[in-house]
Amino acid sequence: MEYLVGIQGKDFVLVAADNVAASSIIQMKHDYDKMFKLSEKILLLCVGEAGDTVQFAEYIQKNVQLYKMRNGYELSPAAAANFTRKNLADYLRSRTPYHVNLLLAGYDDTDGPGLFYMDYLSSLAKAPFAAHGYGAFLTLSILDRYYKPDLTREEAVDLLKKCIEELNKRFIMNLPSFTVRLIDKEGIHDLEKLTHGAK
Amino acid sequence: MALEDICSFKDTPGKWFSASSLEGTFSSFRTTDYNSFGLRRREKCETTRGAPLHFFIPNTAPFNHRPFPPANQSVKVRRPFPLSHGTTTLGFIFQGGVIAAADTRASAGGLVACPAVHKITPIHSHLVVTSSGSGADCMLWERILTREIRLYQLRYRRRLSILGTAKLLSFMLHPFKGTDVCVALTLCGWDKEAGNADCENRSQASSFLTGDSSSSAVSTQGVTAMTCSASPIGGPKLIYVCSDGARLQGDVISVGSGSPYAYGILDSGLKWSLSKEESISLARQAVFRATHRDAYSGNNVDLFHITAQGWKQRQREDLKEEYYRDLERRDRKQ
Repeated sequence: MEYLVGIQGKDFVLVAADNVAASSIIQMKHDYDKMFKLSEKILLLCVGEAGDTVQFAEYIQKNVQLYKMRNGYELSPAAAANFTRKNLADYLRSRTPYHVNLLLAGYDDTDGPGLFYMDYLSSLAKAPFAAHGYGAFLTLSILDRYYKPDLTREEAVDLLKKCIEELNKRFIMNLPSFTVRLIDKEGIHDLEKLTHGAK
Repeated sequence: MALEDICSFKDTPGKWFSASSLEGTFSSFRTTDYNSFGLRRREKCETTRGAPLHFFIPNTAPFNHRPFPPANQSVKVRRPFPLSHGTTTLGFIFQGGVIAAADTRASAGGLVACPAVHKITPIHSHLVVTSSGSGADCMLWERILTREIRLYQLRYRRRLSILGTAKLLSFMLHPFKGTDVCVALTLCGWDKEAGNADCENRSQASSFLTGDSSSSAVSTQGVTAMTCSASPIGGPKLIYVCSDGARLQGDVISVGSGSPYAYGILDSGLKWSLSKEESISLARQAVFRATHRDAYSGNNVDLFHITAQGWKQRQREDLKEEYYRDLERRDRKQ
């Protein structure tokens, strides 16, 4: 029901998430933000079971901030991703596993942009583009077909729009709007929300 | 059972009785009293006395999603009927504050257990909470919340913000996720503005750190003009907290089996600029329509209005009044 997507370009990462917070058949919120800012240049996108998402994401967020306070410098995106994965793995075989699917997107000053795909079984993969949710079945082929490693920002946004058009056309659930953010060496930028026709 | 607790002996009576059917295999069980039964069986189990080893079944906790609650609970009480949120509660923010409304029926399966229940409870002068789910659980958790908020106020000499209250409640409920605790509360209240530069920095810093733009997302949505006073610090607040762990801030929230019907009325009739009387009548209409269609909601409607000055309760009204008013309206139209 929820949808996350990330596209990595040459020197940026573009991420988008839908804005619906649902409870059984009711949309309780139309403007819910599923992205959590871990640091100046790292975003964590988190979907999954109702309470687990916020609990887990905020836990990771606070721990990343704590690392910065203790050590004076920030965790790199790769380090943050591995830290997140380790926590998921530790909880997986406990009595209280977290059922969350994540995308971690960040910009490292030395390594450049990075997009990390993690799922609830605590697998981790660095990927040039990734998606979560039922919408992924519809959009991964579009990403496969049109993705190039040296996408410009405009091309990436167009690719994202293609994906969202496909969702609006074929996905059974109505996802009226998407939050879009871009991470580059300057930090995290909010782009215009992508909405579908009427509010 | 204290020794049982120390030994972390996680066993259920069911297992004890089935074990006694293997009397021939193990040595004889001579159980004198209940307390020593567990310990004695343990001894026997360790030695097995020549019985084949595969009869010795160590007790491992089942690890499908979330199994048992804390170890000292040995018996799980079977529910007489399936739990669902059989109620209609709603809350919304408008220019004149926050309205909280709920029906007053407590249902137990198909029976109306009580037709005059209080589903809206004040926590402090500027916060009420509407409840849905299991009546006993809600009553308990409301008291726990009231206690914690009061303790916070005594310790830190300031009142905890509504967002903070919601977070506190959510974290208190988290250990019980996966158990049968069924609580869905909507906190409706008014945050006092602390109004100085310190607060501004704090709000900037907190949104920087948390990236929690749910409150600022509310203010950047230009869909309705509802967002004027839903600022990060101070003003009316409406937050839904559920025992699943969900925590949602919004401008219109309705919970319960009657909530789809209530949303229908609220979404079409609600505007920021409603007057107090219009919004009260809208809330009443919404509850009425929901109780008309939903079997698990009904009887009376409770209405609370929260402003910067605190909460005010309207007199409980029987919904049949609303029904007759509606009939009149239809007759007049015809």
